[in-house]
Amino acid sequence: MQTPPDPSLSAAVEAIYRADSRRVLATLIRLLGDFDLAEEALHDAFRAALEQWPSDGKPRNPVSWLVSTGRFKAIDRLRRRARYDLSDNFDHLRADEIEGAEIWEGNDLEDDRLRLIFTCCHPALSPDAQIALTLREMCGLTTEEIAAAFLSKPSALAQRIVRAKGKIRDARIPYRVPEGAELPDRLHAVLRVIYLVFNEGYSASSGSSITRGDLSAEAIRLGRLLAELLPDGESIGLLALMLLQDSRREARTSEEGEVVLLEDQDRTRWDRAQIDEGLILTERALRTGRIGSYALQAAIAAVHAEAANPEGTDWAQIVALYDVLLRLEPSPVVELNRAVAVAMRDGTEAGLRLVDDLVKREVLAEYPLLHAARAEFYRRMGQRAEARRSYERALSLSPAEPQRRFLSRRLEEIGAGFDEEA
Amino acid sequence: MKYLCLVYAEEEKLRLVDDRECVEGDSAMRASGHCLASEALQPVETATTVRIRQGRLSVTDGPFAETKEQLAGFYLIEARDLDEAIHLASKIPPARVGSIEVRPIRPIRETVAATAEAAAD
Repeated sequence: MQTPPDPSLSAAVEAIYRADSRRVLATLIRLLGDFDLAEEALHDAFRAALEQWPSDGKPRNPVSWLVSTGRFKAIDRLRRRARYDLSDNFDHLRADEIEGAEIWEGNDLEDDRLRLIFTCCHPALSPDAQIALTLREMCGLTTEEIAAAFLSKPSALAQRIVRAKGKIRDARIPYRVPEGAELPDRLHAVLRVIYLVFNEGYSASSGSSITRGDLSAEAIRLGRLLAELLPDGESIGLLALMLLQDSRREARTSEEGEVVLLEDQDRTRWDRAQIDEGLILTERALRTGRIGSYALQAAIAAVHAEAANPEGTDWAQIVALYDVLLRLEPSPVVELNRAVAVAMRDGTEAGLRLVDDLVKREVLAEYPLLHAARAEFYRRMGQRAEARRSYERALSLSPAEPQRRFLSRRLEEIGAGFDEEA
Repeated sequence: MKYLCLVYAEEEKLRLVDDRECVEGDSAMRASGHCLASEALQPVETATTVRIRQGRLSVTDGPFAETKEQLAGFYLIEARDLDEAIHLASKIPPARVGSIEVRPIRPIRETVAATAEAAAD
């Protein structure tokens, strides 16, 4: 059954490419057992759609049409390759094998997308390769786009992707969704990659632009997919966390591109729709009973989101959530964030004591935000000399341009004057 | 698919692992058909390195690796995929004191034979 011919179908093909090409690719990888062959097949299938749909009409189920066409084209390609290269007997065997296999095997298309992300984020691949492969295969970004986002050379990035695909093939990294006892760790690895992508988009670790919204949007899209297909407390928690953080995107940078701290942000510029969704998802994540670090971080972001102004923030609640987070996953960065919340709840001196304790233990010595927090405490306490010293230390460690400008501005505000003790 | 699991460990730490435990685990892996071959090696001081350079045989004592971890044994295993290979490797007792390198086997004989066959066609 086909709809009548329509000359404007190339726009429809383009729309389907944007919406569904990753779905088609994920299934083709399962059917063909090879990333490169599947990518070629995907492009062959879309090329065929552009040629055939305008005259034949758009098929009723474009995704399955594209999958079967891609599969057919791949078999064709393998047979042709076997004919030209006599030394390669494998292509011929593989073509037979693919032709003999069932297309659907009772498998849901969505399972293929999960298989794809678990394979891209397999712990046997290097962390950098996991990120690059996920953006390439799951999000369909080009090598150039990924290289630009991570400020690396396209050639180096392309090489990393080639090496990762080679390992998937030669070491036979399986195309499957982990089960049972394996799943929690493997899911955590996937969530970590998604959150790294989000953060890379949310706060550029270096370079001059503070937000690279595209990467964050991709991460949120992946987070949605995972929360939908594997509705675990942590996958829902991560989606909630990303939405709540992203809701402040507009407010966290001034029109001049300067950093605006949470307490100084114009809260009317926070994205209400994202906050509402984030709050509902946080509730859902916490109700699953198995609360992990993403759900807790989402809960902390939710407390901020619910406050109409900085003074109205429930700091006691935030400190309590940090306490739980620290028990679950001890980390000096979480300790630092907790110290900032304690300073709001119990006064600046209490926060400073906790930060000084970190300094004494010689942890985070190279972490610019520790020195920035310390500087901020001293500034609030009117100890300008100490504040200046800490701002300068933070500045010497901070590579990202917007943060540097923020710290320099603070230094200027303090001025060259001496505080009372000096 | 075949994988070679190479067992690396510092030799002192390896003494903490009971030989009986290793043999028991190995027997279980053989019984389930996952282990095709396995051996433990004598300490690295007993090793000899052989090279041919400019057509001449060179024999030297040891490999003088800088690392403290030494090759201590191997398991040739049969596994469905890397996940199963990782699972099997994680059961090798010295994994607790050293590390297991899991390397896929390159089907060199099959490749050479297939190439020869295709050329003959």
